[in-house]
Amino acid sequence: MTHDKRPLSPDLQIYRPQLTSVLSIMHRLTGIVLSAGSLLLVAWLVAGAAGPAAYHALLDLVRSWLGQALLFGWTFSLFYHLCNGIRHLCWDAGYGFELTAIYASGWTVVAASTTLTLVTWLTGLFFMGAGI
Amino acid sequence: MLIRSSNQVPRATLLKRFPVPRGFGVDTASRIARGKFWPAPSDAKHVKRFDVYRYDPETGANPRIDTYEVDLDTCGPMVLDALIKIKNEIDSTLTFRRSCREGICGSCAMNIDGTNWLACTRFISDTAAPATVYPLNHLRVIKDLVPDLTHLYAQYASIEPWLQTDTPAPDRERLQSPEERERLDGYYECILCFCCTAGCPSHWWNGNRFLGPAVLLQAWRWLADSRDEATGKRLDDLEDPFRLYRCHTILNCTRTCPKGLNPGKAIAEIKKMVIQRKS
Repeated sequence: MTHDKRPLSPDLQIYRPQLTSVLSIMHRLTGIVLSAGSLLLVAWLVAGAAGPAAYHALLDLVRSWLGQALLFGWTFSLFYHLCNGIRHLCWDAGYGFELTAIYASGWTVVAASTTLTLVTWLTGLFFMGAGI
Repeated sequence: MLIRSSNQVPRATLLKRFPVPRGFGVDTASRIARGKFWPAPSDAKHVKRFDVYRYDPETGANPRIDTYEVDLDTCGPMVLDALIKIKNEIDSTLTFRRSCREGICGSCAMNIDGTNWLACTRFISDTAAPATVYPLNHLRVIKDLVPDLTHLYAQYASIEPWLQTDTPAPDRERLQSPEERERLDGYYECILCFCCTAGCPSHWWNGNRFLGPAVLLQAWRWLADSRDEATGKRLDDLEDPFRLYRCHTILNCTRTCPKGLNPGKAIAEIKKMVIQRKS
């Protein structure tokens, strides 16, 4: 019997999602979203340099529901990656490894990034509504 | 919910498994089929179902999930008791490792309800309905719940897990102060069941080069030992993008350790030690 003919026991397909692994994969995903989202920032600058027509076309895109959804996702990614990044800094310094601390800091990151995203958007919408 | 110790079973689980296709990244020989159903005797009152991973190297057929119905009125309280009952009374071909039945040998480490634990210290009453039992993750299966641990033992041997000294041997024991001895607490208790390494996604993807939490915890146990004099050499061997630094602090290891140890912290201590000796 050769070694590689043996089946490989299942891993990702059966392992239960836990706060530990879910927040870790989220950190990576939001990092990718942030990198992709920075292209939007470049597009904004390029459109601004290209002239009023291009700039307004970009603004229309950003104001569409798709553009708003992408911006919302980008905002959440920014805050999540920031909060969880601080969590990672604490770990790198050797703190927060007790299981209670891992879970408490994990839920704190979830709550903080959600709150910061909502506050940012509500503030933005408030000023837009006020016409500033 | 907040988890305070690794033996805590979550009251509710949002997702039993990640939303990926069952065959995601699985080679054809490892695909799992539906197996047999073994019903309980008709007079059984408290019936519990166990979905158990089966693989028979003699037939060469794909792995399958057999469902066993166990009468809990005539069964011990632990998952291992149920497996032994299945082997004794229902299906004698079921194969698994077990020895001490009290959580100190590490033989019966397996994936129960999606996380790794020792079958002898997991209460049947804490398992889902049906309880799912798989071998430790991402390892070649020898038979049923018996995975091939050769590679993991080789990784363990690679960190040279024994006391190394340059100074001549003293006439008596090498002494430690109580404080020096205390630094080994939480690390010397590891029974090498490999629940943590088998539950580490980094070790799934890069297990051929990443040492994994169990072996790195052992590496820290020797780095932390005041009597060991090979610290420099040990750190040289560990300082590597794969062997040590494939740990991305996912911390599934600390969540799953059946002995309540903290491999995640041990790895962080190694990383700190690597940095500190440079400054």
